[in-house]
Amino acid sequence: MDSFASLLHGLSVAMQPGNLLYAFIGVTLGTAVGVLPGIGPALTVALLLPITFKLDPAGSLIMFAGIYYGGMYGGSTSSILLNTPGESASMITALEGNKMARAGRGGPALATSAIGSFVAGMIATIGLAFLAPLVVDLALSFGPAEYFALMVLAFTTVSAAFGNSALRGLTSLFIGLALGLIGIDLQTGQARLAFGIPDLLDGVEVTTAAVGMFALGETLYVAATASRSPDKIEPVRGSLWMTASDWARSWKPWLRGTLLGFPIGALPAGGAEIPTFLSYSIEKQLSQNPEEFGQGAIEGVAGPEAANNASAAGTLVPLLTLGLPTSATAAMMLAGFQQYGLQPGPLLFTSNPDLVWGLVASLLIANFMLLVLNLPLIGLWVRLLAIPRPWLYGGILVFATLGTLGANPSAFELGMLAVLGVLGFGMRYFDYPVAPVIIGLILGPLAEQQLRRALAISQGNPSALVETPLAIGIYVICALIVVGPLVWRMVSKKPLPVLASSED
Amino acid sequence: MIDGNQAPVSSRADKAAFLIAAGLFALAGVVAWDAAHLNAAVATYSRVGAAAFPYGIAAALTALGLGTVAAAIKGEFPDREELELHRVGWILGGLIAQIVLLGFAGFSIATGVLFAFTARGFGGKPLWATIPIGIVLSLILYLVFSKGLELGLPQGPLERLF
Repeated sequence: MDSFASLLHGLSVAMQPGNLLYAFIGVTLGTAVGVLPGIGPALTVALLLPITFKLDPAGSLIMFAGIYYGGMYGGSTSSILLNTPGESASMITALEGNKMARAGRGGPALATSAIGSFVAGMIATIGLAFLAPLVVDLALSFGPAEYFALMVLAFTTVSAAFGNSALRGLTSLFIGLALGLIGIDLQTGQARLAFGIPDLLDGVEVTTAAVGMFALGETLYVAATASRSPDKIEPVRGSLWMTASDWARSWKPWLRGTLLGFPIGALPAGGAEIPTFLSYSIEKQLSQNPEEFGQGAIEGVAGPEAANNASAAGTLVPLLTLGLPTSATAAMMLAGFQQYGLQPGPLLFTSNPDLVWGLVASLLIANFMLLVLNLPLIGLWVRLLAIPRPWLYGGILVFATLGTLGANPSAFELGMLAVLGVLGFGMRYFDYPVAPVIIGLILGPLAEQQLRRALAISQGNPSALVETPLAIGIYVICALIVVGPLVWRMVSKKPLPVLASSED
Repeated sequence: MIDGNQAPVSSRADKAAFLIAAGLFALAGVVAWDAAHLNAAVATYSRVGAAAFPYGIAAALTALGLGTVAAAIKGEFPDREELELHRVGWILGGLIAQIVLLGFAGFSIATGVLFAFTARGFGGKPLWATIPIGIVLSLILYLVFSKGLELGLPQGPLERLF
């Protein structure tokens, strides 16, 4: 009942008129930016992060939650109508949804994805409210060794488990870790990799890195391959509403997707890719018309889309309770907390209960607003898709540099943006995943801090890292994640069915 | 891609992959050099000082570089599309112009030029038409964000009019 009381209290915070307004602005902006082709929730949050600088922390985090969920709704719209998934978790939606749209069933595809997202978001947010306090209790007993082990786990899953190649994923991660070294070492006060440049002493701004690598890198890549990838928007023909048979075929996948997405997202190893792919293959097996899969099956949109949204709420569990981002979007949320000097973790629940519970409750409100905003107004958002590409990408870069300059109005910061953009472009071109760079950049310094703390307590004895059963268990899981797929490939000569897909 | 297609394995070693490996070795070298430099400058009081983590990262980057060389020899790099680099050139040119202009021309003019160059990179209208549009757009954004949300954006002659 404790969670319930806290959640009610959170609702009373989130229902204050000012906060409702922030939530509304957040969901509207989030949908508008998220619907732009190729822009997923992580980039939506990164682009909009700097504009919340001057708001008060509670209001801006509520706006953020709205942007986060809005970006997810908007992302599904562009995935379905344009087949441009902004991130790997929406690839399934793009696959089946776009086929539906081409068959003239774009309306029901959008509807099942929006309603499924709503159902999943509601259930998963309530799950978050009940699970988070339990994890907080557990986390209070964690020492630096456990935290370090959890971060190693997050590194492993983010880089090695997804994508085609563990080599490329790990390379991305270590590039991120190297970028994370830049700046003043907090424990000894020495500047590392700053080369005497004062602007580098504070390290690489996470938002600059995310905007540079995602927005600029993607823009450069799209430009370089533009003439070969003509965009084709599928008009929403026919009825927007789902028929009785659509409902009958959708509601079970929604619930199953939620049940897959939330727990997997909530694991510190989470991520949204595995539950969406799992949901897709389960729906395919359970469906009475499996032949429709690959041709536009509504179950194939409903299930994965629910799984995607549920896992997004799930990733907030490790983020809020442990300070551990397990997806690119969660990393951007962490950057949002850090810009106010707030460190998510067990202590935040006791030191700032209003803020945490206000945020959780505002997710529920954002979900309501999004359902209202998306279904009747879908025609408006679709029109955003029709912006010609020169204007669209010109606008994206204007916004990207606006955000970067808003965070730090200096030409140096723009230079960083350009350098990181070129890096992101190169990585995109050679099929290196970009998300591990951002995770490495943001989590690397935290991991180093925990490692050194653990070793300082043990006076340099490295066995302290593997002294507790929990830490040992986590390292075993890491080893399984790295070795498991290799063994599978050797035994079956085929990639894992669930993961047989590239990041991006 | 969904159907799990891997790049066809070609026997030809991939030159670009060797360049990536070289880049990783260079990055590892810089990180290790910097870490060594730290130890010389300040005596560390604990065994796990500021240099330990960088050394670990440098070692890992070296190993990944070796792995990249191995992958390159085996031709395991994915096939790539042809690039139209002149388009990339327009956009990067726009960014450089923005960086140069920002100091004295202010946010709106600098960002308007970026907008126009980016649009040009995507095959948009000629610059004389897009630069004014970009400047007006940026000025509107400037007014919204600097007056409304108090972002401190660089000012120039246009911004000072308001």
